[in-house]
Amino acid sequence: MSTALLEGRSLLVTGVLTERSIAYAVAQLAAEQGATVVLSGFGRGLGVTRRLARRLPGDPPVLELDVTSEAHLAALPEALLAHVDGLDGVLHAIGYAPPAALGKGVLQTPWDDVGVALQVSTWSYVALARACLPLLRRGGSYVGLDFDARVAWPAYDWMGVAKAGLESANRYLARDLGEHGVRSNLVAAGPLRTMAARSIPGFGEFERVWGERAPLGWSVDDATPVARACVALLSDWFPATTGTVVHVDGGVHAVGA
Amino acid sequence: MTTTAPTEQDVLTGLADVLQEVVGTAPEAVVPEATFDFHLDVDSLAMVEVVVACEDRFGVRIPDEDLERLRTVGDAVRYIVDAGAAA
Repeated sequence: MSTALLEGRSLLVTGVLTERSIAYAVAQLAAEQGATVVLSGFGRGLGVTRRLARRLPGDPPVLELDVTSEAHLAALPEALLAHVDGLDGVLHAIGYAPPAALGKGVLQTPWDDVGVALQVSTWSYVALARACLPLLRRGGSYVGLDFDARVAWPAYDWMGVAKAGLESANRYLARDLGEHGVRSNLVAAGPLRTMAARSIPGFGEFERVWGERAPLGWSVDDATPVARACVALLSDWFPATTGTVVHVDGGVHAVGA
Repeated sequence: MTTTAPTEQDVLTGLADVLQEVVGTAPEAVVPEATFDFHLDVDSLAMVEVVVACEDRFGVRIPDEDLERLRTVGDAVRYIVDAGAAA
């Protein structure tokens, strides 16, 4: 019996920056599950994304994509069509907050820094969906990466606000993609030692307590549980699920202190 | 002295090639006492690519947790040699 969840499905996977990237784990697992994968990389990270692509099954092509560039977004469908004839799924693994917006409290952060965090981490979730929509087939799945934004965390600051906006954007996007037969969902991961995490000062504060609080325990070094959830959502096994957040955090979101 | 493993000089030369390719560093600046961040202006994002390129070139693995110990070119060369670099 075949267990290939993504046989015949074509995916765009953004956000492969290191082997520890959640997106790297998703791209690897998706390819193993039969998907045709196209990666995108950004700016100075493009070189490393191209090198890492050669370590992935099938040596996926890498497109340059800066989600803050309307020109890049407009050119994306044609660039994708050189490699696939349509899309069945997209992983949005994109987020950034300038240093002034992280680990310093929220009171003093200037708008310019907050604006960058919101543009890259919240607005781009909808902008990338818009860019991909002409290629997304019915039954397609759009998946983003979240960090539970219902409460305030140490150090996360304006990135937490951006994630709260992302959770709302996900609901509105689900509403507007529904008529196209496309789902939109987020995976809220527990803390992982990724490049994104390393740039958050004080991230270790909740990294440490997570494993103690999680009913199932939690490993900050293993992105596989998160990747499996993403791949499941990208498959056709959640056909009536949209606008929601799947928590892959060992259960921390469900328990009090 | 009949080993086929690369010497520190071989790795230093290879690392200079990688730095020139990834960040455009002049090969003559790649000396053992040069620090990546201060002397060579390799920031954390560029360092990620330097590490991946070194892994591919020398057939070694450089885990994130070891990265903080690699402050200078000499640190990296010794690490790669000790990790059993392939030619």
